[in-house]
Amino acid sequence: MNIQAVKVIYQHEMMRTWNTIFQSIASPVLSTSLYFIVFGSAIGSRMQSIDGVPYGSFIVPGLVMLTLLTQSIANASFGIFFPKFSGTIYEVMSAPLSHFEILLGYVGAAATKSFIIGGIILATSGFFVDLQILHPVWMISFLILTCISFSLFGFIIGLWADNFEKLQLIPLLVITPLVFLGGSFYSVDMLPAFWQKVTLFNPVVYLISGFRWSFFGISDVSVGMSLAMILLFLAICLAIVAWMFKTGYRLKS
Amino acid sequence: MKNIISIKNLCKTYNTGHEALKNINLDIKEGEILALLGPNGAGKTTLISTICGLVSPSSGKITVDGFDIIKNYRETRSRIGLVPQELSIAAFDKVFETLSFSRGLFGKKPNKGYIEQLLKDLSLFDKKDNELRALSGGMKRRVLIGKALSHEPRILFLDEPTAGVDVELRKDMWKIIDRLRKSGVTIILTTHYIEEAEEIADRVGVISGGKLLLIEEKKDLMQKMGQKQLIIELKKSISSIPESLTSYDLSLSNNGLFLSYRYDTRGERTGITTLMKAINNSELELKDIQTKQSSLEDIFVNLVKESA
Ligand SMILES: Nc1ncnc2c1ncn2[C@@H]1O[C@H](COP(=O)(O)OP(=O)(O)OP(=O)(O)O)[C@@H](O)[C@H]1O
Ligand SMILES: [Mg+2]
Repeated sequence: MNIQAVKVIYQHEMMRTWNTIFQSIASPVLSTSLYFIVFGSAIGSRMQSIDGVPYGSFIVPGLVMLTLLTQSIANASFGIFFPKFSGTIYEVMSAPLSHFEILLGYVGAAATKSFIIGGIILATSGFFVDLQILHPVWMISFLILTCISFSLFGFIIGLWADNFEKLQLIPLLVITPLVFLGGSFYSVDMLPAFWQKVTLFNPVVYLISGFRWSFFGISDVSVGMSLAMILLFLAICLAIVAWMFKTGYRLKS
Repeated sequence: MKNIISIKNLCKTYNTGHEALKNINLDIKEGEILALLGPNGAGKTTLISTICGLVSPSSGKITVDGFDIIKNYRETRSRIGLVPQELSIAAFDKVFETLSFSRGLFGKKPNKGYIEQLLKDLSLFDKKDNELRALSGGMKRRVLIGKALSHEPRILFLDEPTAGVDVELRKDMWKIIDRLRKSGVTIILTTHYIEEAEEIADRVGVISGGKLLLIEEKKDLMQKMGQKQLIIELKKSISSIPESLTSYDLSLSNNGLFLSYRYDTRGERTGITTLMKAINNSELELKDIQTKQSSLEDIFVNLVKESA
């Protein structure tokens, strides 16, 4: 195992974050605060509590997930897209490095960064609403699993994209709608019966449901189901990455 | 001398269907400087990239220091440093950082002293904390050389190291290469210029259209390169070479107006003096005389013709 290489890639990626620390942290914190002010306080004060949880608190897990997903994808996709775009990837590809080690460096750094941001968002939300966390270990586990699997997903997008537009496309066109329709701001059983069925095809529903359960002990689908879905998603992403590396997809001719 | 790189029946066809390498067989000796010459699109970069693991071979086998480049890629790649043709750099990285990064990528423990010495050798030490985007093109190329040498490779590939480089840097580069060679590093470089190969290489390979047309000791090749052509233009066309001149290796153009004579500038005697005397004694009336050095292009053309 080429530990040195994993270390320098990881550090290099973390350094990039550190150099742009303000953008990295300020923008998610600001947008989450806005959500809290608008949905949590302004609208939330007129909303009923859901399953006994005040609306302001109810939306916290969804908001954290929203940030986590967008951040993981953005970090990981950019992290690999940029060297590909600038041509510096030649060095990584010609180094004595296994595919797994490359992943460990890039995806590890992206996941770490979104994990930190997730923590910061959670802390920020503490300023606006009362938070209780019933199952902290589960909460952290869901957080970590989500960071890893969506960083992997971002890595795939970064490998796939051959221009900046494509890099933005998936997050904008797919992830944002899925998160908004994934029960971030409502409980699935508030929907008409038909849409409740449709929503079960949205993988983000399982993520948010499981994550919310770790806070309040309430969920739209069973926790086991949530966990299984995340692991399934992780497995699919791993399989795709493995295939991409094996065929040299857009990395090797 | 032992072969450090051995290439057997290497072929590469890109997805586009383009056959970039056609059955290349090449052994590179440990410690030598090999120059690969060839026109644009010849396949030089493809060949280098394949050895370094950036391009997958379609068929054939490559070993580096006895290790297979695919099965034992860790062994082979850790021995190789590559300076690519393109100036690809991470614009926001700093000089010292980027060399340390490269060293780590190739699995070596950090070594501040070594990197600093390397930067001094490359006249980059005073720029060590500058961002790469703030460097000039020539300095960026030095950085790329530094990155390739950061992990103390035993084999160095330089893909057109002198493209866009001024005389000063070129001299520096030859000095560095000389020092590396003395320390036993094998160096493979590509170039379009025969003079460059002449200056530093031990052996020269010529690639064109994906084929390795020739691989020779430099001195043998230079012999060929030393050939000149003397062209004699006549006032009146003749139908055949006059009797008195047949003992010379002359050829007559189709229109009967030009006589040409090949000679070697490095030979003991060129034969020009006696030829001129003989022409003087013949009936021929001369219009003009010119000489032509056989250029790299001529050699290419000849080689390609021969191989076709
Ligand atoms: N990724 C690729 N996909 C398809 N064809 C390619 C690719 N890379 C190179 N080629 C083609 O393969 C041939 C050889 O290219 P290569 O870059 O190896 O030439 P070269 O000898 O390095 O030329 P130059 O002196 O211009 O650098 C060219 O015809 C080129 O168009
Ligand atoms: Mg080239």
